[in-house]
Amino acid sequence: MSTFVYMTRCDGCGHCVDICPSDIMHIDENIRRAVNIEPNFCWECYSCVKACPNHAIDVRGYADFAPMGHSVRVRREEEKGTISWKIKFRNGTTKDFVSPITTKPWGKFIPKLAEGEKPNQGEINSQTLYTEPKGLNIDGELPSVPKDSFKKGVYY
Amino acid sequence: MMSINPYAMLAETITPLVIQGFVLVMLGLIVLGTILQMIHHKNVTYFFNNAKKAKLAAEREIGAGEKTAIILKTVVRDIATTAELGAGKRRVAHVLGMYGTILFWIASIVLVFGYTGQGRSVSTVWPMIWHVGAIMTCVGGYWFWLFLRVDVLAEAHPWYRIIKADLFVLALLACATTGLAWSYFQSSGSATFSYLFLVLFVTSNIVLFGGVYWSKFAHMIYKPGAAIQKNLAEADGSRDNLPPLADAPKQFGLGIKREQPKHY
Repeated sequence: MSTFVYMTRCDGCGHCVDICPSDIMHIDENIRRAVNIEPNFCWECYSCVKACPNHAIDVRGYADFAPMGHSVRVRREEEKGTISWKIKFRNGTTKDFVSPITTKPWGKFIPKLAEGEKPNQGEINSQTLYTEPKGLNIDGELPSVPKDSFKKGVYY
Repeated sequence: MMSINPYAMLAETITPLVIQGFVLVMLGLIVLGTILQMIHHKNVTYFFNNAKKAKLAAEREIGAGEKTAIILKTVVRDIATTAELGAGKRRVAHVLGMYGTILFWIASIVLVFGYTGQGRSVSTVWPMIWHVGAIMTCVGGYWFWLFLRVDVLAEAHPWYRIIKADLFVLALLACATTGLAWSYFQSSGSATFSYLFLVLFVTSNIVLFGGVYWSKFAHMIYKPGAAIQKNLAEADGSRDNLPPLADAPKQFGLGIKREQPKHY
């Protein structure tokens, strides 16, 4: 399953681009609205869905998995510190949940990214994500598999 | 310059009927472009299908009085102040550009049809509104286009990178900028520059209104519609399947002040 954007709701604010841990939410080059550029790499973390101030992002169920129209939607109310979920099952049953956004004190464990170092163009274009490789607690570069070692032919 | 009607000065060399005809042609282009876009993009079909779905999922009926109140509240709170953009620079820039454009267009129609031509009275207020509107459009528009566009702010693209989505804002800015320049050079008596900027002003108007089908011009119609539908869906309980507003605010802490998405 992957995220998609309701074009009538999106105003291109960029919050989803900013928060996506896979860096796959981008701004469309033609209509300047958010778009998931690589649905296969979306792991439904719901970060962008929660961050969207206009509730313009939803997660699509694959037709073989959710053919009858289920729905999992979320509303994040920052001023209240709450996050609410509405689960709608395929048979029409609905369940509502309300939780705190975090149980940790505000500001203590949340890094102030805006005050951090500005990445250069090379870092922006590189494969490594924010805090990588340091954040992965590994020494040096990310492990890689050299292309020469690949088996010849098509395989999965 | 600010209190001089530029169209009245132009009418000394061109018959006012040509100017009025041009305005009518531009209005016709808006209507044509919007209808073609509605047919091709199926925006209205999507909008009504969505409204039908919302009605089926509604938890309660809304009376005519309540519906009117919600629509009026949406117009005053959401549409008139572009609440969708939250509190920040983007909203201020949009409000400046929006009201500037409205003033500029209304003043243009009033000046062309009411105060241009022989024997017509002279107004100092409407030319002032026309100029102030154009300046507001320029301030809001250039601020947005140079600094606040999301592909510049969040995607780290350079400000001079132009895409199809820029057609509307750039044509609008060209109209306001060349209109102001034309008015300035006309009132200062510089015939060459006055003619040059008049040609550019006319061209940018043709691009703006002739490009409705390809540009984001129609957002002026669809965005208010979407805002009204959203608030009606909140009131009837369908809420586009979203959960209701949380009813237990205090126990969960003081909330968070989110940073603007500008980390590049």
